[in-house]
Amino acid sequence: MSTRAQFDKVSLSFETPKGRLNVVEDVSYDINDGDFIAVIGPSGCGKTTMMSMLAGFQKPTTGKVLFDGRPVAGPGPERGVIFQEYGVFPWLTVKQNIAFGLTLNANHVPTAERDAICEHYLGLMGLSDFANSWPKHLSGGMRQRLAIARAYAVKPQFLLMDEPFGALDAQTRSNMQNLLLKVLETEGKTVMLITHSVEEAIYLASRIVVVTARPARIKEIIDVPFAYPRDESIQERPEFAELRSHIRQLVMDEYRAQQAQMRPVSFSE
Amino acid sequence: MNGAGLRRLGLGLIPWIGAILLWYTVRWSGFVNVSLIPAPHQVAAKFFELLTREGLLIDVFASTRRVFLGVALGILVAVPVGFLLGWYRPARTFADPMINFFRALPPIALIPLVIVYFGVDELAKLVILFYASFFSGVIVMYEGVSQITPLYIRVAQTLGANQAEIFRKVIIPLTVPHILTALRVALGVAWATLVASELIAAQRGLGAMIQNASTYFLLDVIYVGIICIGLIALIMDLILRKVTARLLVWQDRAIA
Ligand SMILES: Nc1ncnc2c1ncn2[C@@H]1O[C@H](COP(=O)(O)OP(=O)(O)OP(=O)(O)O)[C@@H](O)[C@H]1O
Ligand SMILES: [Mg+2]
Repeated sequence: MSTRAQFDKVSLSFETPKGRLNVVEDVSYDINDGDFIAVIGPSGCGKTTMMSMLAGFQKPTTGKVLFDGRPVAGPGPERGVIFQEYGVFPWLTVKQNIAFGLTLNANHVPTAERDAICEHYLGLMGLSDFANSWPKHLSGGMRQRLAIARAYAVKPQFLLMDEPFGALDAQTRSNMQNLLLKVLETEGKTVMLITHSVEEAIYLASRIVVVTARPARIKEIIDVPFAYPRDESIQERPEFAELRSHIRQLVMDEYRAQQAQMRPVSFSE
Repeated sequence: MNGAGLRRLGLGLIPWIGAILLWYTVRWSGFVNVSLIPAPHQVAAKFFELLTREGLLIDVFASTRRVFLGVALGILVAVPVGFLLGWYRPARTFADPMINFFRALPPIALIPLVIVYFGVDELAKLVILFYASFFSGVIVMYEGVSQITPLYIRVAQTLGANQAEIFRKVIIPLTVPHILTALRVALGVAWATLVASELIAAQRGLGAMIQNASTYFLLDVIYVGIICIGLIALIMDLILRKVTARLLVWQDRAIA
């Protein structure tokens, strides 16, 4: 299998008024064609920053981020991004939001096909009744689904998803997870997904990258031993439970490490 | 009209009725010389007299046209300039002190110079109004544009938008609200500057009317002039607000 994306000894630090802030430190791993990578780690550790280097919005301070063998120079439609803040366009209706990418020159979608694609994703995301609504009238979960629909609609080969199901209730969330698995099965995408849910990571990913408290370093990379196609029954398997408690432990350690870092500003005598 | 509509109308009218009552009260209270305050009904009578016999509408038209032209030209220039300043940080650092310097100058202070350079005709008044609306509009534009979040542009880029598409499909829609705000602010400032601009030997116009009336101490005419300016400004603002509400239905506003 060929290598799609590569983090090669990547570090990134921000200049802030309070000095240098190391956010990502010496991160190396490969993402192969067809991989599903889940990144998990405590809040504020640098996951979004890591992803945004691959999306093309941030340059590493040292090291290289490669996509298809070349350093990432900027964003592009072959790397679809679902942003943590959704970024639904408020001046467009729900349907116009989904159609946005389809109307761009880069995607070559004939006008005649756009409507059918929009209807398809409206239906998949349960937004058909809101096709002509303004985003201001949508709930948080609906906006999140709209952002997902808009990204899926242009069919990128590589999907970067930053906590895409975070605002959804358990039922919708599991629907969206199954839908994603189905889309991958039929369209064969490569995915990098950031999540806070250990179950979600195990259920969806082929590999899980656990990162440390800030600066984000690689704590452990875990291969998930379940073959695709997957269904919910794997969540009943003993391996699933074992893996879950192992990863929970790792994440909990990092969470504690992070709390310890923050102690000086928390309540103390 | 339904109940809610009547209620709103009533709420809107109460302060006006209150103001007129206060006006009568001050006049009859004896604290102020009655000859210094014409009664509301006298002012109203004067209004009809001016309207029917002195061509008040010509003055209204002259002033409205000046404000309209001044604001239109001012905003036409303020939009691209404000946009550039808001969008390119270096341009801002470069031009910010300059703009704030000129903005701080009251247009009235410039009148003598404007007379020297542009004469006393229509052009001079236009220059003053242009000045006033440009500098108020440009600030609103660049403050607004510089606060556009990069998120939407990033989203568009990841969907494959090129520079031209980003400009047309993302930046313009995000700029429209600021253009409308700039227009509203400029209109307000332009009306405030009108009297000053018509101090430059205008024959017609509400400011000129007020100016002439003050030479002859015609207080009722002054009152009519002031009230007309206020009313026209109010009507223009109302129209602009309706247009804004129509164009920006998508915006999430605290007050609908
Ligand atoms: N442009 C920036 N300038 C300065 N600091 C930044 C910038 N972007 C992010 N940071 C800092 O980097 C750290 C990591 O941020 P990041 O958004 O990558 O975290 P995260 O792991 O995605 O967190 P969460 O799970 O809460 O989304 C934070 O402390 C944040 O304040
Ligand atoms: Mg994040």
